[in-house]
Amino acid sequence: MFTFIVRRIIQTIPVLIGVTILTFSMMHLIPGDPAQIMAGESASPDQIELMRDRLGLNDPLPVQYFDYIRGVVTGDLGNSIRSGRAVSNEVFLRLRPTIELAVYSTILSVFIGLIAGVFAAVRRGGLADSFVMIVALFGLSLPNFWLGLMLIQYLAIGIDIFGINTGWFAASGWGTWQQQVLPVLTLGTAGAAIIARMTRSSMLEVIDQDYIRTARAKGVKERVVIYRHALKNAMIPVVTVVGLQFGTLLGGAVLTESVFAINGLGRLMVDSIRARDFPIVQGGVLIFALLFVFVNIIVDVLYKFLNKRIDLN
Amino acid sequence: MAETTDILVEEPILEVRNLQTSFFTEKFEVKAVDGVNFAVPKGKTLGIVGESGSGKSITSLSILRLIKNPGKIKGGEIIFKGENLLDKTESQMRQIRGNEISMIFQEPMTSLNPVYTVGQQISEAFIIHQNMSKKEAMLRSVEMLELVGIPSPKQRVKQYPHELSGGMRQRVMIAMALACDPELLIADEPTTALDVTIQAQILELMEELQDRLGMSTIMITHDLGVVAETCDYVAVMYMGKVVEYATVKDLFKNPKHPYTVGLLNSLPRHDIDLGEEDLTVIQGSVPAPDQIPEGCRFAPRCPFASDICQERLPHLEQSEDGNQIRCWIYTDEWDGDPEVNVNGKRTS
Repeated sequence: MFTFIVRRIIQTIPVLIGVTILTFSMMHLIPGDPAQIMAGESASPDQIELMRDRLGLNDPLPVQYFDYIRGVVTGDLGNSIRSGRAVSNEVFLRLRPTIELAVYSTILSVFIGLIAGVFAAVRRGGLADSFVMIVALFGLSLPNFWLGLMLIQYLAIGIDIFGINTGWFAASGWGTWQQQVLPVLTLGTAGAAIIARMTRSSMLEVIDQDYIRTARAKGVKERVVIYRHALKNAMIPVVTVVGLQFGTLLGGAVLTESVFAINGLGRLMVDSIRARDFPIVQGGVLIFALLFVFVNIIVDVLYKFLNKRIDLN
Repeated sequence: MAETTDILVEEPILEVRNLQTSFFTEKFEVKAVDGVNFAVPKGKTLGIVGESGSGKSITSLSILRLIKNPGKIKGGEIIFKGENLLDKTESQMRQIRGNEISMIFQEPMTSLNPVYTVGQQISEAFIIHQNMSKKEAMLRSVEMLELVGIPSPKQRVKQYPHELSGGMRQRVMIAMALACDPELLIADEPTTALDVTIQAQILELMEELQDRLGMSTIMITHDLGVVAETCDYVAVMYMGKVVEYATVKDLFKNPKHPYTVGLLNSLPRHDIDLGEEDLTVIQGSVPAPDQIPEGCRFAPRCPFASDICQERLPHLEQSEDGNQIRCWIYTDEWDGDPEVNVNGKRTS
């Protein structure tokens, strides 16, 4: 198991190199001259040239890339244009709400998705099945930001129903649970819908397998057949989806944080893109990529636990 | 004339009477098992033979009431130790499954759960039916693996199904089925998916264990060779009905139903030289479920069929030797050639 994890971590190195190349090229792909942007619109050609020199933009590209890598490895991601502070500092300060948001949303979507999926699969073709699948389709189709706004409207600002105001939760910020409920719901809904659909189809496939019949022929209770014999097998493809889903979730976090005014990494990036503060954007993308890779290592380990047919070596 | 139900056996452990199991599609009802009667004598082996789609597997699943939607047991009785299994509640049935009646399935490759160890899967039977602790059950599982002839059972018990060969997995299936000392074992084509050499080993093992544990067995197969080797009685099924029921000896020596004769003639034989035409085949194939013949189900393929066979379904009737046959040829109403010769001998 240990060697498996170590190997899996080593395997991520090429991925990370790819990511650094991408983030590095961002600087060169954005329209306009970075030196011009950094020096400001009223800068003279001399000032811009000075800035080019300072940024190392006159060096050959490979040299620039290795300078950048050297920085990344030592934790130096450059300085923010706006604040002048180190990017690594700015990014890490904002990381916590984003990770919390992503993790809570994942937990919510796995929890609801699994229950709804199994529920629908066991009642295949029935009314309950159709109902769950229609709700899931809605959950999947609702745009994230719209759902967030609706939740704010009805559950934060609230409406009066029979004299009860439904404004139970906070509309912005991150810290208390009242502030966390709506963003997590907003971000978790689509994931829950995807996982519910995935679990359902996976369960339907597993339920028709011979080993399920064997379990029944052994005298196993139907509930145990479903949760012990079927679900553990059905989880295997679902776990993969959860890992991939995490990437979508990070993307969704950018929107959700904006809607709920959460001071997370996503919002920092949106603000930085607006302000052309690309060292921050670069750093943020790199951190997102790291998070995604890390979560997928966890998923692979989990997958290994579930699927005994995968050989460790 | 009523269907015969009192069968030649004095002490049956299981008696199936007029069992009807159907599958319902939107357009029509498929009568997979259409009024089946047979009995399994205590301590003996009954073979159920027939082509694919003759209803033999559905019959066996019906006994354990494991028929899934859109299938349904429509009627009849399944008398096990004097009690009708069709009257039991679901939880009473669970007490019987894997405990008093066990089943072995055709596909050892897919019949074991891939995410649990062999030991966990055998243990489950002990834990459910004998209230054993996990530890105790695991020890008993090792003993069971030893019983079915798996080498180094202590290591094997911790392995997952994919680490075992097909023959080994079928041994595990047998170990699981026999864990709680069942009185009746239903083996649904237990050797069909295995290599020929492994087939013989598994059959031998099953016979040996049956002798040792004194259980009764239903052997479901399409292989008459397996029947000859392992069974005491045989029920031949065709399109959801039993067409002939006899002792193995009588069936092979003196098959009566034209379908049985056809099956026997399609077996390769090494005792007589048939020359160029080694094997004969039964003409045609099993009709589609929406084209079931009105008279005898076998009439369209039967070389001896006469008018009455096309019009009316014959009953299953008992002859003096206790065997049963569903064919007009052996009745007074037979309107075909009175000298008809079904199996190469005069039937008179």
